[in-house]
Amino acid sequence: MTEEIIIAGFGGQGVLSMGKILAYSGMMQDKEVSWFPSYGPEMRGGTANVTVIISDERISSPILNKFDTAIILNQQSMDKFEGTVKPGGVLIYDPNGIVRHPERTDINIYTIDAADEAARLGLKKVFNMLVLGAFLKLKPLIEPEYMHKGLEKSLPLRHHNTIPENEKAIARGMELVMPKHLLN
Amino acid sequence: MKDIRLMKGNEAIAEGVIRAGCDGYFGYPITPQSEVLEYLSAANTKQRTGMIVLQAESEIASIHMVYGGAAAGKRVMTSSSSPGISLMQEGISFMAGTELPCLLLNVVRGGPGLGTIQPSQSDYFQAVKGGGHGDYKMIVLAPASVQEMYDFAKLGFDLAFKHRIQVMVLSDGAIGQMMEKVELDEEIPRLTDAEIVKKYPWATTGKTPDRERNIITSLDLNPVKQEIININLQKKFKHIQETEVRFERIMCDDAEYLFVAYGSSARVCQKAVMLGRAKGIKVGLLRPITLFPFPSIELAKLAKQVKGMQAIEMSAGQMVEDVRLAVNGAVPVEHYGRLGGIIPAPDEVLNVLEQNFIISKKEKKYEPATY
Amino acid sequence: MSQLLTREEICVPENEVYSRTCLLTDAALSYCPGCGHGTAHRLIMETIEEMNLQADTIGVAPVGCSVLAYDFMDIDMQQAAHGRAPAVATGIKRLYPNKFVFTYQGDGDLAAIGTGETIHACNRGENITIFFVNNGIYGMTGGQMAPTTLPGMKTATSPYGRDTETMGYPLKITELIAMLPGTYYVTRQSVHTPANVRKCKKAIEKAIQYQKLNKGLCFVEIVSNCNSGWKMTPLESNKWMEENMFPMYPLGDIKVPKQI
Repeated sequence: MTEEIIIAGFGGQGVLSMGKILAYSGMMQDKEVSWFPSYGPEMRGGTANVTVIISDERISSPILNKFDTAIILNQQSMDKFEGTVKPGGVLIYDPNGIVRHPERTDINIYTIDAADEAARLGLKKVFNMLVLGAFLKLKPLIEPEYMHKGLEKSLPLRHHNTIPENEKAIARGMELVMPKHLLN
Repeated sequence: MKDIRLMKGNEAIAEGVIRAGCDGYFGYPITPQSEVLEYLSAANTKQRTGMIVLQAESEIASIHMVYGGAAAGKRVMTSSSSPGISLMQEGISFMAGTELPCLLLNVVRGGPGLGTIQPSQSDYFQAVKGGGHGDYKMIVLAPASVQEMYDFAKLGFDLAFKHRIQVMVLSDGAIGQMMEKVELDEEIPRLTDAEIVKKYPWATTGKTPDRERNIITSLDLNPVKQEIININLQKKFKHIQETEVRFERIMCDDAEYLFVAYGSSARVCQKAVMLGRAKGIKVGLLRPITLFPFPSIELAKLAKQVKGMQAIEMSAGQMVEDVRLAVNGAVPVEHYGRLGGIIPAPDEVLNVLEQNFIISKKEKKYEPATY
Repeated sequence: MSQLLTREEICVPENEVYSRTCLLTDAALSYCPGCGHGTAHRLIMETIEEMNLQADTIGVAPVGCSVLAYDFMDIDMQQAAHGRAPAVATGIKRLYPNKFVFTYQGDGDLAAIGTGETIHACNRGENITIFFVNNGIYGMTGGQMAPTTLPGMKTATSPYGRDTETMGYPLKITELIAMLPGTYYVTRQSVHTPANVRKCKKAIEKAIQYQKLNKGLCFVEIVSNCNSGWKMTPLESNKWMEENMFPMYPLGDIKVPKQI
């Protein structure tokens, strides 16, 4: 099993940390993992993206241009990454702020209303965990106990009190994910 | 239980030097390697191992602080990225001339000038051919994973002291910034001052009555003596060329075509090898781990086996010159590179190899850019 | 009629009024006759001998006339790149906080190409001692203009005299670094008369003593002559120094402990 994922959105949406939690959890479950971010000034306010690979084998290239799953959280990223999903792959996006929806018919497309839900909960910080929940529902690569360990490892000790609400958000994200276009 | 962590390449080498008994780090911030100084500054190294960490006023000052520490027998290092390494060339040349051991890290970004902060491999010539003045070489290690960033800390120091030479870890922004799993070793204790006096009798540790004074200098105004110094240096480089070559062969045994790439380009090519094999193309990868000494003999051997070699670099073609020298015309060697901070994709480089060697001239859709 | 005494008869302990410190080597000094470097070397080495610091001393030689200082000083020494001695000394001292570490630099080395290293080592308050020999000219490369060259002074690269309009002013770096909190003892001396030699020796002793007490950076400037570069006889150059250099670079302590 090898899962190649791109997560892309605005800086500040928790794109990089979502990828980090995913990678850490994969590592705790004894998978091979890699996390390759876009870096530099563009991270502040501009677009941010991270490539995460989770695999049972040694990872060859951490840098890719085709992905099994794209998780897309703003319009610029939609424009840039819709075309990078492998045929038959998965695209998950939050429709909030999206004016041009994905048009591909050779992939599975899902939506997650994470921004709305985070606002409704009054917990803006769990936005990315809602999205992560959507991903894990579709690709149950990591078992919940390892997600828990991944959160413990990647969050600094002073934020460990937020782990229960993060886990709740992951569970909620699993409920919220909706199919938009499915292959037969 | 094994100590396994998810770390950035820059953090991994920082943790690596602490555990490899490093005595001192002197550096200056520059993207994309500032995490090294940041990690060391936060690691309380003074309490943990006694290691000194100092932010200098410039890269020039950093390298000369390294010079001072190395000349006194300590395990010292600095790190920077391309423009900063250019500033350090004076000090590196002085350390070559005085045969001082040290560890240098270059997390390469695209140039020339300020260029970009994105990954590049355009400092190959500077690192391998000698970036400063005079006839000298450094041992150059090219990590292709975060684990190797960690491992090359200790390996780098060991080689540096074994040969009294500067060892440069030539990484790039991609390896520095990405996170992978790293398995950590036990901490090696730092040498005591008394152990340094015993182990490194050349070091300037203070003249005691039992020995002559130690002088660290690269100056000899007598050309006859200066020539002898230079010849001895060259003998050392030759010995290193004969004994310290490191490389990795990936699916080379039955390969008809060969990628040659180091660092993050080698990771891209590794994926391209898998894609190629899935298409039925017998393609392999030779990954030089030491850039000096270069695996020339291994490449010459492979030249008798394969139909063509495709060098992939994030540069306009630097390492490819060493590949061509090694192969000496025995097989065609092509170069493909991306510049300015762009990383080539696995299918892109496989396509280049196919276009160059497999698809006949008539069917060729385009000439791959070779820069 | 008394016979002439032989050398062996003269050189007996009871006749000895002065002997060279054992920390100066037997190598003949390469400095021009009349130059102050030899005396400055002697004073530093004498003090190190008297304080019994040879085994704990690491010196840093610069680029300039004193590039070969290690030929004359019988201590462990490192030769630094041009201007970088304070950075080199920082590297040593940080890793060997109990050793005595000093640099010996000229004005071109310290106040032109090495200004950054000088200021920042001073500003960090490195526990090192800097000996700064200022003769207002680049001696070794053949008498070119230095940052400390006086206005109107003729050198190989200011043959019509230093024009401050286009070549700037003499850099009083010693006053400058005295302003920094990291420096502990800053003084300006000379070695051209026996009285000045004695004063300079005292300053050197203090500068070494304070380093042993980890007080911060100590800085001893020695205003010296360059009779070759100035194209004068040694006596003329000493007179010229008194009349021209000292008004610009007045002798005496600039910063003493507990000041500023």
